[in-house]
Amino acid sequence: MIEQYVNLFVKSIFIENMVFAYFLGMCSYLAVSKTVKTAVGLGAAVIFVLGITVPINYLLDTYLLQQGALVWLGPQFASLDLSFLSFIVFIAVIASMVQLVEMIVEKFAPALYGALGIFLPLIAVNCAILGGSLFMQQKAFVSVFESGVYGVGSGVGFFLAILAIASIREKITYSNIPDPLRGLGITFIVTGLMAIGFMSFMGVKL
Amino acid sequence: MSKKPTLFFISKNLKPRSLLSQSERKLLVDPLDDDNPITVQVLGICSALAITVQLRPAVVMAISVVCVMAASNMIISIFRNLIPSRIRIIVQLVVVATMVILVDQILRAFAYDVSKELSIFIGLIITNCIVMGRLEAFALGNGVWRSFLDGVGNALGYGLILIMVAFFRELFGSGNLMGIQVIPDFIYHLGYENNGFMLFSPMALITVGVIIWVQRARNRKLVEES
Repeated sequence: MIEQYVNLFVKSIFIENMVFAYFLGMCSYLAVSKTVKTAVGLGAAVIFVLGITVPINYLLDTYLLQQGALVWLGPQFASLDLSFLSFIVFIAVIASMVQLVEMIVEKFAPALYGALGIFLPLIAVNCAILGGSLFMQQKAFVSVFESGVYGVGSGVGFFLAILAIASIREKITYSNIPDPLRGLGITFIVTGLMAIGFMSFMGVKL
Repeated sequence: MSKKPTLFFISKNLKPRSLLSQSERKLLVDPLDDDNPITVQVLGICSALAITVQLRPAVVMAISVVCVMAASNMIISIFRNLIPSRIRIIVQLVVVATMVILVDQILRAFAYDVSKELSIFIGLIITNCIVMGRLEAFALGNGVWRSFLDGVGNALGYGLILIMVAFFRELFGSGNLMGIQVIPDFIYHLGYENNGFMLFSPMALITVGVIIWVQRARNRKLVEES
């Protein structure tokens, strides 16, 4: 039982890494990875928000949106399929959750709030967050806990990726790179090489 | 970003007959090269990379993004004076999400195979930073027609990179274009092999990196300082 969750966790961190396998959250990954400090802030915020929104969206999907999900209201709702609304429901949940998390953190953990700074509101439009919910819908998990494990795992995967690229970029400022490749170009190529490295996890059978 | 101050004077001399004034044409053409959303503004990379294994889904994605961006830019621009700035992000998300649902349902109805291939990436247009970025940066402060042009221009710039990456990956990866074999059989008999590595996701990143390199080598003013 526990083994299954550990497998899912490891799989969502390494094998199905949000950044290197699906390119989700690339925009903030590139924009906020200039220094390690800010990268850690964004990564922590992403773990936090993914861990909350994926289970909530799982519940909404199972009890509200899927075909036959509204059966608990009465047998006449069995054929109702609201899944075409899932994009708008998911993004609304994410946007309001981010707002809520921001307020709670500001009230109860001002130090953490100061550390996360502008990254919390930015997260609402991070593709990795919506992607987590949409993958959750595709994968058809069987329990809330499983979807929570998947959410946190994907968040940790993003955290690792952004931490790694930020450290590399800090070092790379001292290298002699051809002018046109500086900045964005070399970051892309380094990310590509890192993704090749992460491909080696594909052979791991869990 | 290159803003030439002379443009203002040029547009005065233009004949009013032409469909687009000079500055409006600039809105449409600039994002294709000098101000490209992917290679210069660094927006919307997430989806640009994942769906470029083949040309066909890339073309469909580009068309979808053009539709979504043109429509949502126009809608936000119409309501720009009514939206309170504190909740503008949620308003923008709702407008974009509605447009994306429309596109998704249309694709499912008329191009089911492609819609399957694109899987979650149509949904991810909602959080595509190009759409949000242009809504924030342009549509909230400009008129309807100019916002429309800006939306179309940026989406075309995005689609251009998408199609370029997909072209190279499909050509070298599987020898096909749009699913049709283009590399003739006798070349294979001579010992040519498809480079299967191009089909893996890391090569998309490296292809974009090389495109950026070529573009900046041609256009020196885009080179970054540090």
